[in-house]
Amino acid sequence: MTYSSLLAVIQTPHIDYTAILPELICIGGALALLLTGALAVRQLPTVVYTAMTVAISVAAVVSSLVLWHIVQLHGAFAAIAKSLAIDGFSVAFVLLASCVLVVAALAADGFLRREEVAGPEYYALALLSASGAMFMASANDLIVIFLGLEIMSIPLYILAGFDHRRQESGEASMKYFVLGAFSSAIFVYGIALTYGATGSTNLAEIASFLANNVLTSNALLLAGLGLLLVGFGFKIAAVPFHMWTPDVYEGAPTPATGFMAAIAKVGGFAALLRVFYSSFHTLAIDWQPVLFVMAILTLLTGAILGLVQRDIKRMLAYSSINHAGFVLLGLQAATASGVSASLYYVFVYAFLVLGSFTVIELVGKRGDRAHPIEGYRGLARREPFLALCLALLLLAQAGAPFTTGFLAKLYVVEAAVQAHSYALAVTAMLAGAIAADFELRVVFLMYGASAPAPAEATDAAPAFSIEGSLAVPDPVSSAPAPGASTGTLASAAVMTGHDLATVTVAGAAASERVEVPLLARAALVLTCGFTVVLGIWPAPLFAFVHAARLLF
Amino acid sequence: MLGAVFLIPLFPFVGFLVLAALGRKLGNPRAGWLATAMVLASFVTTVIVFTGLFERSPASRSYTQTWYSWFTVDRLHVTASLLVDPLSMTMALFVTGVSTLIHLYSIGYMSHDEQFPKFFVYLNLFVVSMLILVLGGNFLLTFLGWEGVGVCSYFLISFWFDRPSAASAGKKAMIFNRIGDAGFLLAMFLIFERTGSLQYTTVFSRLGHVGTPSLTAIALLLFLGAAGKSAQLPLYPWLADAMEGPTPVSALIHAATMVTAGVYLMCRVAPILHLAPDAAHVVAIVGVATAFLGATIACAQNDIKKILAYSTISQLGYMFLAVGVGAYVAAIFLMLTHAFYKALLFLGAGSVIHAMGDEQDTKRFGALARLMPITSITFLIAWLSIGGVPPFSGFWSKGDVLENAYAMSPLLYVVGALTAVLTAYYLGRCYLLTFRGKQRWAEARRDGKGAGLHPHDPSWLMTLPLVVLAAASTVAGIINLPIHPFDLLQRWLDPVVGAQLRQLHFSVGTEWVFAIGDAVLAALGVSIAIGLWRRVAEHPALEPVFLRRAWYIDWAYDSFVARGSTEVAQVTFDDVETKGIDGAVNGFGGLVAAAGRRLRTVQTGYVRNYALGLMGGLVLILAYVVVRAFA
Repeated sequence: MTYSSLLAVIQTPHIDYTAILPELICIGGALALLLTGALAVRQLPTVVYTAMTVAISVAAVVSSLVLWHIVQLHGAFAAIAKSLAIDGFSVAFVLLASCVLVVAALAADGFLRREEVAGPEYYALALLSASGAMFMASANDLIVIFLGLEIMSIPLYILAGFDHRRQESGEASMKYFVLGAFSSAIFVYGIALTYGATGSTNLAEIASFLANNVLTSNALLLAGLGLLLVGFGFKIAAVPFHMWTPDVYEGAPTPATGFMAAIAKVGGFAALLRVFYSSFHTLAIDWQPVLFVMAILTLLTGAILGLVQRDIKRMLAYSSINHAGFVLLGLQAATASGVSASLYYVFVYAFLVLGSFTVIELVGKRGDRAHPIEGYRGLARREPFLALCLALLLLAQAGAPFTTGFLAKLYVVEAAVQAHSYALAVTAMLAGAIAADFELRVVFLMYGASAPAPAEATDAAPAFSIEGSLAVPDPVSSAPAPGASTGTLASAAVMTGHDLATVTVAGAAASERVEVPLLARAALVLTCGFTVVLGIWPAPLFAFVHAARLLF
Repeated sequence: MLGAVFLIPLFPFVGFLVLAALGRKLGNPRAGWLATAMVLASFVTTVIVFTGLFERSPASRSYTQTWYSWFTVDRLHVTASLLVDPLSMTMALFVTGVSTLIHLYSIGYMSHDEQFPKFFVYLNLFVVSMLILVLGGNFLLTFLGWEGVGVCSYFLISFWFDRPSAASAGKKAMIFNRIGDAGFLLAMFLIFERTGSLQYTTVFSRLGHVGTPSLTAIALLLFLGAAGKSAQLPLYPWLADAMEGPTPVSALIHAATMVTAGVYLMCRVAPILHLAPDAAHVVAIVGVATAFLGATIACAQNDIKKILAYSTISQLGYMFLAVGVGAYVAAIFLMLTHAFYKALLFLGAGSVIHAMGDEQDTKRFGALARLMPITSITFLIAWLSIGGVPPFSGFWSKGDVLENAYAMSPLLYVVGALTAVLTAYYLGRCYLLTFRGKQRWAEARRDGKGAGLHPHDPSWLMTLPLVVLAAASTVAGIINLPIHPFDLLQRWLDPVVGAQLRQLHFSVGTEWVFAIGDAVLAALGVSIAIGLWRRVAEHPALEPVFLRRAWYIDWAYDSFVARGSTEVAQVTFDDVETKGIDGAVNGFGGLVAAAGRRLRTVQTGYVRNYALGLMGGLVLILAYVVVRAFA
């Protein structure tokens, strides 16, 4: 058979390359990185690969901005045989994935050099994984979602095990892989059942089928939907599909944890929101109760188990589970404003988690092992910049006003209230309060006394001392009685460097200087800047999220 | 040109950020110069915006600059917007102008303080807050600035927080202000509930649909807030204690700017007050009572800053009297002139305190006029100004208030006039004790350091503001003379408060009678002071303990409120808090933590258990599907 006769038999769809330009840039970039690594005569310094990755991901950001512009000008469209939906919603997530890449590359550079991991593989895997998340976001077909899911997940399994010198890293990778494979199988089965019930895997066709037909029994369809939910629930770490999260977050190399936490939630929620809200909207009465229970379990489990953690990475793992519960609030409302609120939340969360893990990566020091929460005691005096960043990010995670975290929580809870899910709204706020306990505890530790004085450390006001000059005069405890003011900010501010050097901190290693590379500093400035600036001036992000409408 | 308004608060804000981050590196005195430059830039911008507004026709002198929509919750839509109108620009102009001078003065005054950069961090933050307060386009933004100045005032009062008295003065200010703030908050809730908005322009346009009882409640609650911030009865005692802060702070915050926030708020809500005459009466009566009370106490104080503090309370009372009788222009006029002469008095007092080696007791001063000529002359001008001696500015502004008070009720006028005599008297006493009479500082000092003092005028950094303020105090009256083409302020503010102004219908003859009467009152006070205090430093009969102890009001607060509530607090702490609430919280916390520890055992680390969990979830979902589909 000749090529032309083959074409006559197999109809190839028209490929609209602009529609998948960000994905193409990522995949092409990954290949270019690997090629450069393979063809280089000498081993290239890590910073070359970092620069390439940042350039590639900035290109992806630019191309998704172009795509955003096209969608806003000419409206949303379906591309490549209707398997992709290019609408405001998908482009917003693609843009977010590209931004995550930029920050993740900046954050990882210092780590790779510190741990002497040469070569382009880390970045190539990150780029591929991000392209998977982008495909999940733009997919208009269950099969494409599955492909995206796998493209996203497999590099993540490898990234989790990237630190071959630490046994926990390999273990994390193995656990993530086995359970991931398990959940993927269930997800595929869900696709099959859905196809059986509706005769299509295309999301738009499923929606129109459900709109035009009355099913005598929807057991098959609901079962399919349930299985899909298990697959998504695993990716976004919703309870009870979350159990891998703490182990993997703890075991994976810290920059990989941050990247994984961000990108898996981006891809997972993008697809989950689209499938449930736009394809199965007619079945909302059926799936809302499931999500209701799931959200409550996720919120509470994340909050309660976070309280008893001693390792900061595990603690943040539970915190991220708690956040997933908040995002589910918006979906559970099954309203347009709810989905917008969820989208807003994911945007906010991605930057928060990336920034937080960047700080942890730096504080973790060579060997990536210094992660006990106790090691953060008195960090403010050793590393004022890192402590300030982490304090900001944790305050935002706890939902403090004038940060993006506050509005994110406000909008999802508002969506739940508008949907009359009062119990859920109340649970969310309670769980948020419990989570704030362990998130803010770290802040107190960092700004409290260095000597072990737990009672006083938790009583101190949560104010910052920027270069010590903003220290709050604390008239209550600044009575002249000697020692009465230990642990207050006032005394913290007047301590001299010499005093600090003599203060012993839990873990002898904690007292040595932490190296803060320039690029990691840039990553922190980006994430903290995003958090604070858009917390005070939320209008642009809010307008952006509102413009990010679904195709149908 | 009006578009540049956002720069007005932005300059000091940038200054605040830079100083907060790099203040220590800049050090002394560069941090101070940076802060001063930022406030000066803000002042220049204000002048530019002011002229821009001036060029417009009176009817179109209102401009709202909306930065962005701050947040939206249900019906509540709050924008971050600045309102430029004659009232806000007048305030902004004098806030930035006076602040610039006081920043400059502080560079000299604080030059020996170890915490020099921190002081300017707070000062700049204070200016930002104050500007947000006056420029804010809605109640919430004003409230943000309102709280901001409150916090800065707290930081600055307890700036020397290692002195127990300063620490507790800070707390006292905070607590009294919180009571007022509660009123402000409740007023905002009520306003939103009744009008569905917090934007000034929108609220005022919807007042027609709000009943008088609600308006009265709103006005009274706002007045409660204003009384807290502006130290009116019964929330005034904090201001006297606030003198524990460094003297430039007393000048800037507790005399010239912050304490006038309440007066500004009352003028801003003139449309509400106008429709709630009962509330306006309350404001007038409280105002005149505070004015009288403050003046009597000031007559018997010895601490120079305490005299000035009670004088401030008294003058603020005058301003509220003006507001209450519907004379908003008179209130603003008095506020402006008062800012000049009161800042001048405080800065002069600061010079003296510096020269006397941190001594504040006027009985231990005396005969400083020849040693400190500039301070002495400027202080004299301030005295004559505040006393209402023509042609100094106080004569015009106080006369304006009294005239309006008379139009409402002769009784208000009588109390006001009596207070005017007292004002001229007690500041005369203060001036004469400090600068004239016998030299008492060499031997009277308890610590025996008196003999080594060589009092002299401070450096130009501190005398320049004195001279500028003295000039302003002398001539500021011309901005609002009671003759038609010269009533500039009246015509300038007309678009904002014109509709609510009380119209006076006095003949020219009556006006003259008032003017001569005011001059006589001032002359009376001045001559009594000179007659009694020129040579003699002790008149025990004129300083009764009752007045020295401030009518025992502080004592009453302390005995009945503070001690009582401390006891209640102690009991609550011991029983309710420790056993009840703490128990419940800790119990809940313990419960949660215990649940966490229990649940944690599920987290075994074995993949098989995790897979089982996943499976369990799947089974539950499928069970639900079965129930849903078949039952």
